[in-house]
Amino acid sequence: MDPIKTLRSRTVVLPASDVDTDQIIPARFLTTTTRSGLGANLFADWRYGGDGAPKADFVLNRPEAQGCAILVAGNNFGCGSSREHAPWALTDYGFRAVISTQIADIFRSNSLKNGLLPVIVDPGTHGWLMEHPGAEVAIDLESASLTLPTGRAAHFPLEPFAKYCLMNGVDELGFLLGKEPQIRDYERRRAAGPVR
Amino acid sequence: MPSPPQTLFEKVWHRHEVAAETPDTPAVLYVDLHLIHEVTSPQAFTVLRERGLKVRRPELTFATMDHSTPTRTEQVFGGAPIAIEAAARQVRELEVNCADFGVELLGLRHARRGIVHIIGPELGLTQPGKTVVCGDSHTSTHGALGALAFGIGTTEVGHVLATQCLLQGKPRTLAINVSGRLGAGVTAKDLILAIIGRIGVAGGTGHVIEYRGETIRALDMDQRMTVCNMSIEAGARAGMIAPDETTYAYLAGRPRAPHGAAWEQALEQWRRLPTDAGAGFDREVDIDAAALEPMVTYGTNPGMVMPISAAIPQRPGDAVFAKSLAYMGFEPGRPIAEQPVDVVFIGSCTNGRLSDLRDAASLLRGRKVAAGVQMLVVPGSQEVKRQAEAEGLHEVFLQAGAQWRESGCSMCLGMNGDLVPKGRYAVSTSNRNFEGRQGVGARTLLASPLTAAASAVRGRVTDPRELM
Ligand code: SF4
Repeated sequence: MDPIKTLRSRTVVLPASDVDTDQIIPARFLTTTTRSGLGANLFADWRYGGDGAPKADFVLNRPEAQGCAILVAGNNFGCGSSREHAPWALTDYGFRAVISTQIADIFRSNSLKNGLLPVIVDPGTHGWLMEHPGAEVAIDLESASLTLPTGRAAHFPLEPFAKYCLMNGVDELGFLLGKEPQIRDYERRRAAGPVR
Repeated sequence: MPSPPQTLFEKVWHRHEVAAETPDTPAVLYVDLHLIHEVTSPQAFTVLRERGLKVRRPELTFATMDHSTPTRTEQVFGGAPIAIEAAARQVRELEVNCADFGVELLGLRHARRGIVHIIGPELGLTQPGKTVVCGDSHTSTHGALGALAFGIGTTEVGHVLATQCLLQGKPRTLAINVSGRLGAGVTAKDLILAIIGRIGVAGGTGHVIEYRGETIRALDMDQRMTVCNMSIEAGARAGMIAPDETTYAYLAGRPRAPHGAAWEQALEQWRRLPTDAGAGFDREVDIDAAALEPMVTYGTNPGMVMPISAAIPQRPGDAVFAKSLAYMGFEPGRPIAEQPVDVVFIGSCTNGRLSDLRDAASLLRGRKVAAGVQMLVVPGSQEVKRQAEAEGLHEVFLQAGAQWRESGCSMCLGMNGDLVPKGRYAVSTSNRNFEGRQGVGARTLLASPLTAAASAVRGRVTDPRELM
């Protein structure tokens, strides 16, 4: 994973709440055995008509949405299935951050592992973003903050470890593999009797 | 000094800490049981191969195939190929991965194959106090046995394969205290739908739920699994129920449960698990089960749920709500009962167990599925199928005009060929009514097996109590 320290982009606003991972990438596209190419089917049932042609009124299909790396969605994003195909589809499409007032646990965890920033903001900041599609916003990981073009800054939750991994491109598997002595020690304790 | 009182969750959590959480790092949590299936594991095995890693404890990982597998007997056991080529490839890839890495697989034609969350408990693999993970959000089901069980992403599947551990921040705790007796015709499915309606689809985010109280104690294991299964629909990381005599009676003698002296030792450990008197939760919610009716969803998430006798709610000025109702083809203020139905699905990891099939059969016996309604009954595992057939339940379904299939996820999600046609209404015992979940443009109403069977008979959304 490439290190990420800052991100600056215009936003696309998706005016829907409780967006579930079945909308982000419908189940029929999960028969893939790789991670790549899922962006073509991101939001497939909202993005394309029955004939496969893009729906002109869907936000991602509008000309001004092209090249935007930040998705702003309504309250509670990423609920439902644990499919990591959801963040894979978003990053493959070109998104680097999603912003909402609440982001579901498993989706958030999956996003952090794929360099997609899950940005949870207060209702005031969120309301402003929803009303200003295309606004140019800046995200800074060191301070875990988002700055609007108005100069208003909002802090978002980011655990120190997740921040460290994102900013340094550290991969968690490497970290866990480094814990092998402790894991072996734990297994020895377990074998000796119940751990209390 | 006696240790401070702990909740069930805290006990299981602490006993699996390889390294405790610090201000700078998440906990390293040991995994006792890792379940994998064909859809969310291929990319994890790819990472192992790329990095030259082995599966660290292959005997703690267990594989099955359920999501993209067909349910038509001729496709499972006959020579007919799996209709969807990509799904067939996924199935083959799981076979190769399990063989290469030494993981036990219950393959397509195995007599004990089934939906991953049905077979874990059924085989006795799922046990109180274990940590159980799977690349699937409904792993919460296994919490019904007092395990800490949650869904993970594919990257984490790779972590568990390679290290038997996960990096986890410690969740908060939410107690849902349920009192009062469920009325006749009101089931565990109605209870969990009512709970989700009450706390909302994000109400449990960041939390592990413990379901408590006399109503929960009175539920059998199948019903407890139905409740814990849908914890994720309230956004919770996991749902748990303390083990008790019901749990031990369920597990005793199951093939992968401990036997003999090991069983006695395990029991002694399991009896220490329930939440201590005086232990605190971060939040608590009280539910009166006696006040509940059969529940049915009317919208496009499981929180959009109502009593079956009620009218569809009004939320003037709420554009998101209006969009959801437009997708469903519903108008606010209209009753849901009497809504015509095209498809009825009985199955899934929520309601695909033997008692669910018995419930459905009790209303179908001597009756017919209404003309024009397609009804699919899909047992959650091959073992459930065998037991149902031993009781003659399949005859009841077939004589009523329903289809009787091999086990799998089937119509719960649109990726194995079992689909609800565009624009059609399905009463489904599964867990998600998201747009397109059961097929592009499909309209899903979630309900209990009783309500689903009653609706199949009438061809309209029907309160099962009218047929009981
Ligand atoms: S039955 Fe449905 S919810 Fe359960 S594991 Fe299968 S697809 Fe997921």
